[in-house]
Amino acid sequence: MAYPAISIQEMSKVYRIDPATGGAASRTLQEDLVDFARRPLRRSASSRKQEIWALRDVSFDVQEGEVIGLIGRNGAGKSTLLKVLSRITEPTSGYADINGRVGALLEVGTGFHTELTGRENIYLSGAILGMRRSEIERKFDQIVEFSGVSQYIETPVKRYSSGMAVRLAFAVAAHLDPEILLVDEVLAVGDASFQKKSLGKMSEVAESGRTVIFVSHNMGAIKNLCTRAILLDGGEVLADGDVNSVVQQYLVSSSENGEWHTEIAERTDRQGSGKLRFTGFQLLGLQESVVDAAVAGESIDFALSYRRSSDTFQSARIMIWLRDAFTKGLLRFGTDLTGQDFESLPQEGRIICHVPRFSLRSGRYYIDLGADVDGVKADRVIRAVTLDVMGGDYYGSGKIPTHPNDGDVLCDHEWTVEIIEE
Amino acid sequence: MTKNTISPHYHRIQRSSGWSALNILDLWKYRDLFFILAMRDVKLRYRQTALGVTWVILQPILTSGIFAVIFGLLAELPSDDSPYLLFAFAGTLPWTLFAQSLQRAGGSLVSGREMISKVYFPRLILPISSSFSVVVDFLVGLASISVLFLIYKEPLTWNLLAIPGLVLVNLLIAVGVSFWISAFSVHYRDFIYALPFLVQAWMYASPVAYATSIVPEKWVALYSLNPMVGVIEGFRWSLLGQGEFPWISFGISIAMGLVIFLFGALVFRRIERGFADVI
Repeated sequence: MAYPAISIQEMSKVYRIDPATGGAASRTLQEDLVDFARRPLRRSASSRKQEIWALRDVSFDVQEGEVIGLIGRNGAGKSTLLKVLSRITEPTSGYADINGRVGALLEVGTGFHTELTGRENIYLSGAILGMRRSEIERKFDQIVEFSGVSQYIETPVKRYSSGMAVRLAFAVAAHLDPEILLVDEVLAVGDASFQKKSLGKMSEVAESGRTVIFVSHNMGAIKNLCTRAILLDGGEVLADGDVNSVVQQYLVSSSENGEWHTEIAERTDRQGSGKLRFTGFQLLGLQESVVDAAVAGESIDFALSYRRSSDTFQSARIMIWLRDAFTKGLLRFGTDLTGQDFESLPQEGRIICHVPRFSLRSGRYYIDLGADVDGVKADRVIRAVTLDVMGGDYYGSGKIPTHPNDGDVLCDHEWTVEIIEE
Repeated sequence: MTKNTISPHYHRIQRSSGWSALNILDLWKYRDLFFILAMRDVKLRYRQTALGVTWVILQPILTSGIFAVIFGLLAELPSDDSPYLLFAFAGTLPWTLFAQSLQRAGGSLVSGREMISKVYFPRLILPISSSFSVVVDFLVGLASISVLFLIYKEPLTWNLLAIPGLVLVNLLIAVGVSFWISAFSVHYRDFIYALPFLVQAWMYASPVAYATSIVPEKWVALYSLNPMVGVIEGFRWSLLGQGEFPWISFGISIAMGLVIFLFGALVFRRIERGFADVI
């Protein structure tokens, strides 16, 4: 009889969200008492609650030694699944059999306390992750060495740079020795060189025959580390199989379930007169296929749906900013830049900005949208959507800059040499 | 590659139904975390050394001083033949242990919410370890009361040997109550604000500032249902070395403590499963 490392059977997780409290689940006693006083006969809050299925009938087995990539859009249920498997939260129905010691890295530095020294934090964080004291003692030197902060080990962590703190936190987590490892996006912290080190540690773990479930938006890392991938969408398993085909399916989702970011229409933290408002955003790849990510060096279309007021106008300007995680602007596309401000627009429609060769290297970026009508700000949506960019072959050489200080922007260039004659 | 054996770590994850068992085994597996968390709380409190220790000593002395003036000097309440300051201190000491561990443990889940939403560990560890971290404060207080005894030239007796047992029952009650408080504080964030009032009311319902002997006869039975009555009387007996050990009220303390603790732990476990979703 052979037992899989993880066996998930028809597992579902339902969250109940109370629209009256803006989604916050915790209430004050005062609120409940007041509610009860007003309507003593009705069941107070629960009747108004909405149900959100974070996971719906998820079933799959993971064999020992398998390294599985869990992919899907934000809100697809990836993190919820990891939280259930690591026992942070309970499933609503269904079950999972776990055959082995589980280590979960859902966030590095959990439980770190800045007043405590590096040494104290190693013990604290290790114990929180489920290590025995003796185990931490045994691995202490390795942890310190991996973190590279050995000379500050007796210094309170509040004096560390954020990079040092993250390195120390990851070092503890990386030395957790579970049979089954659940990893959520922890590699997205720190600078690129540290990310590389973390990835190295991850592949070491993967190659050591341990079972790994790995959640990431970094398709490169997923393809490198995993042999099998599972695509979640709306809490359900959409695809399960060979990593290349599942990643492909994820990137080129069919147009009916492609992502129209209609939540933009609901945003209330926007600026401007409202004469023109963005109502949706979509990324289009080749032949208008809806995609979730741009690829460096390939064509991409930004499609913006909008609604405008009935007022007449002379000119409308549409702008798209691409920013990095630190909100630094990297690129701006604009109808003013190409001399294509609109003199008329239908009441509702879709504006498409075509980029023949996308020129940012792989990573996660943020898109701000802007519209000016007759030179007056009509709409600004900050961080309207995130834009994931996959590494592609921009230069046709198969090479792309990787060093953190290489910059994010790609640009065509050629080299020649000339002889200088004396 | 499949495993041909069931790992010792095998477990099934599913919705826990009803009043789930206490899962003592799980708590035992995480005992190191318990000690490390308790030590963290102690270290953090004493890190700014001068201030930390001073307050731990000053607070019960000042409180007892106020009680001595108001209840002893002005109201002229009896203090069973001991100096009122010592008498009040012998009540304030266990009470501070109780009140402090309620305060710390009551808020422990809310202040540890980052951990709760990111890592699994038996959640019971948070209130328990916060309660135990107060024991260090208690020991400092105990040392300072010994100095007071020297100053007053009052003898210390062998009754002192009862203190570990008294502390244990004191903590049993405190941890039990804090299970209820911390579990509810997750769902009702404003519960924490009601806590200081609750603690204060409870203090006046306990013989901290006054002697049990002033409680009217007909109320004594009801009064003794307060589990802190037996604990505080026990402390007085132990520190002041007078009279008889309060067997009846201390027995009630133990019984009530066990009930509060066990039901508190069960309620906590019942509510616990939703913590990560709510917090």
